[in-house]
Amino acid sequence: MNTFKPFATTLDPQSSKANHTGSWRTSEPIYQDRTAPCHGACPIGQNVREWLALAQQGQDESAWRVIMDKTPFPATLGRVCYHPCESMCNRDSLDGSVRVHSVERYIGDKALELGWRMPSSAPATHKHVLVVGAGPAGLSCAYQLARKGHRVTVVDQYPQAGGMMRYGIPEYRLPRAVLDAEVQRIVDCGVELILNTRIDDLTTRLTGEEFDAAFIATGAHRGQVADIKIKQQQGDSHSVRVIGAVEYLRAVASGTDIPTLGKRVAVYGGGNTAIDAARTARRLGAEQVTIVYRRDRQRMPAHRSEYEDAVGEGVKFAFLRTIAATTDRGLSLEITKLIADNKAVGTGEYESLDVDGLIVALGQLPDTQFLAALPGVRRTGEGAVEIDAAFRTGQPGVFAGGDVINAQRTMTAAVGHGRLAAASIDAYLTGRPMPETTHGHDHVMTIGDLNTHYFTLAAPTTQKQRPAQECVSNFDETVAGLTESQARYEAQRCLSCGTCIRCSTCFSVCPDSAIRRKPDGSYEVDSQYCKGCGICAQECPSGAIQMR
Amino acid sequence: MHVTTHPLAYLQTGDLTPGNRLEDPDCHAIQASPFRPNSVAPGHRACRGCGLLLAARVVMDAAIAATNGKIIAVNATGCLEVVTTPYPQSAWGVPWMHSLFGNAPAVAAGIAASMRALHKEDVRVIAQGGDGATVDIGFGCLSGMFDRDDDVLYVCYDNEAYMNTGVQRSGATPRGARTATTQAVGSQKGNPPGIGKNLPAIAMAHNVRYVATASVADVRDLESKVTTAMSHRGARYLHVLVPCPVGWGFDSELTVAMARLAVETGLFPLFEAIDGEVVTRTPLRHRLKVEEYLKPQKRFAHLFGDKGDPATIAAIQAGADMNITRLGLETDLTGSTVDAAGVSSQAN
Repeated sequence: MNTFKPFATTLDPQSSKANHTGSWRTSEPIYQDRTAPCHGACPIGQNVREWLALAQQGQDESAWRVIMDKTPFPATLGRVCYHPCESMCNRDSLDGSVRVHSVERYIGDKALELGWRMPSSAPATHKHVLVVGAGPAGLSCAYQLARKGHRVTVVDQYPQAGGMMRYGIPEYRLPRAVLDAEVQRIVDCGVELILNTRIDDLTTRLTGEEFDAAFIATGAHRGQVADIKIKQQQGDSHSVRVIGAVEYLRAVASGTDIPTLGKRVAVYGGGNTAIDAARTARRLGAEQVTIVYRRDRQRMPAHRSEYEDAVGEGVKFAFLRTIAATTDRGLSLEITKLIADNKAVGTGEYESLDVDGLIVALGQLPDTQFLAALPGVRRTGEGAVEIDAAFRTGQPGVFAGGDVINAQRTMTAAVGHGRLAAASIDAYLTGRPMPETTHGHDHVMTIGDLNTHYFTLAAPTTQKQRPAQECVSNFDETVAGLTESQARYEAQRCLSCGTCIRCSTCFSVCPDSAIRRKPDGSYEVDSQYCKGCGICAQECPSGAIQMR
Repeated sequence: MHVTTHPLAYLQTGDLTPGNRLEDPDCHAIQASPFRPNSVAPGHRACRGCGLLLAARVVMDAAIAATNGKIIAVNATGCLEVVTTPYPQSAWGVPWMHSLFGNAPAVAAGIAASMRALHKEDVRVIAQGGDGATVDIGFGCLSGMFDRDDDVLYVCYDNEAYMNTGVQRSGATPRGARTATTQAVGSQKGNPPGIGKNLPAIAMAHNVRYVATASVADVRDLESKVTTAMSHRGARYLHVLVPCPVGWGFDSELTVAMARLAVETGLFPLFEAIDGEVVTRTPLRHRLKVEEYLKPQKRFAHLFGDKGDPATIAAIQAGADMNITRLGLETDLTGSTVDAAGVSSQAN
């Protein structure tokens, strides 16, 4: 040491960086993607948060591609999905859930308008899969299989593809041009569509060289039967025309042999199909439409928004009533009451309802007689196909999904089945490992996991609705889509629960400058200096940091 | 205070986060930049979760940005001095000087005078100290600095007691708080009422050019006040609330949350004053009861429970209410949600 140092100064100056305070740490912050409630609730397994984040930045096409990875029907689902994601949304407790469906519809419509195409499929595997039924489950499965390079043939008994999307959901909820375009896009992926053909001989098809696997997605088109007594008619009295809701909606959708039910119509049942039938009857000229349901409004399975729209269109509801008999003036309704387990029992009191026609909407059952010849396929007493967790029936190479199995019978669930079954079929055909079949999630983010201080209140957008008076006069769509700025705004209401939003809060509030910003905009902890105080995890708006 | 002069697009977290990715990067806080000066380097020996060291970096980074790096810092004795400069290390990325506990304002005034003598008026001076150095020990020097209108920004990092020496009461310790010298015993538990100093008000009474209060709960607000302060010449005073996990008795992750609660209860009002007149004030986003702030802190634990002290809590609440009324911090937020057109109806 030959440099001069003042008295009592023996050390050279140093930076405090020589002092590695990371050794004080007892727990450290970990950045991680945790499951958002919307993702956990989606029957298709859509990572809603991921594509909303793209839509927030106006990257609608990228958002569309994320959606299209899981479902080929964004424009359709954006209209008809009952959006369990929104029911679970953490924003609901702040100022109303994020209206995911309306953003999905906006993106889906934009894709159709601008003709966005998926990239070409994987190289051909030379495997051929038969999909029976061109409904949401069948088409979803066919689409996913085609993308994986398999040859797919979809067979359907009806003249047009779509299944319940076409023959069940009324046009005022789903314009056919939208459905046609989304189906066409699947066909353009290389899926072969054979219509007007009923499969009665699945055994021979499968034992032959033609197909390597089959997916049964024939849906549930058989209406449940109701036992209604016919009281002794006196003289030449009035008669009530009775039709099943499935048959009624199918006839209206096909535009042929639409039954005339008269001016006063009753609909029996409390599901979404009952409401579809009631609103359809209103549009076909019925002046008095009454939905008869044995429980009360709270226990009605129909979606709340459907109920409200129906009320708006003048549909009446007779809750806590069953139809006891037809009478010479219409129907005799028995008043019911609710007992334990939400059971409705008759009270022995009756009232009458004057009607000309009755639509029975008591649920649908699958018609799977054609599977009787396949010994491995087990069916329930009601005809539903039994499957395992990977959508396999007992017959090797035969899979099933959608309404034909015993599950939640919604379009969204069916699309999810199709996607997961396609992964299972792909694994069966190629020996490739199965990706996740169920989305088993460890921890689903709650509002308490977020730091809501950082989010300002912002009211949800509402989609424009045509006046009810005008709605009941035709089958035009009742609800309008969002504008570009509305869709962007609605997407930005997403709290991004459980994932980093690149807001730099952690980076800014670290007292030890122990968080680094990486070139891609994400952050990492400098474990040399992090003392483990936990401020970053506490302050993170979206709850993407956990102390471990 | 972050002044919005145009309708604000919604943008998910708006400007409540320092670096919202949906926002123009030019609008981001300095702290959100990967190229920020980091004027207080890691490796300093502040306790886990120290609010003071967070504030010190934010202030000095903003001052560097405002002066093109031409800054000299003078430090009073206290936590900030002790933890950043244990011999032979220094955490400071600016020229930095420490003399005594009580003379930082005088030393800073001298440096400012020497810069003027050398015609280096572009080199600016910041003096900084804790609440002890500011409101008690260095108060005479500070008052003199205000009186002479020396070109110095004095920053007080207020953690409401002498933390470095073991949590003794200072003139900035709030009513009811337990410290080593105001124990929770006797008829009047904790810091007795009727004593203590409101230094921002005292600074304003000196008619200094610029006085502002800020906290670590809002990095943008703190930065913006430093930037404004550096745009003025003459004596300026910035009072920053920096919660202390050790001295106040709360978990280290709650430092920023505590500062936020102090602001949202009205106990620590945020404002700016020019020439002795309040010119801006930050309205409360959510008005909270003082209990929400007091309860998580062990120094106020004796106010709660069976043998609690509701009278003191009520007095603290009355103090908060007076701040809110006097400064007009209450806003009706019911109509301020952003509407579907994506435009905020509130421009504050």
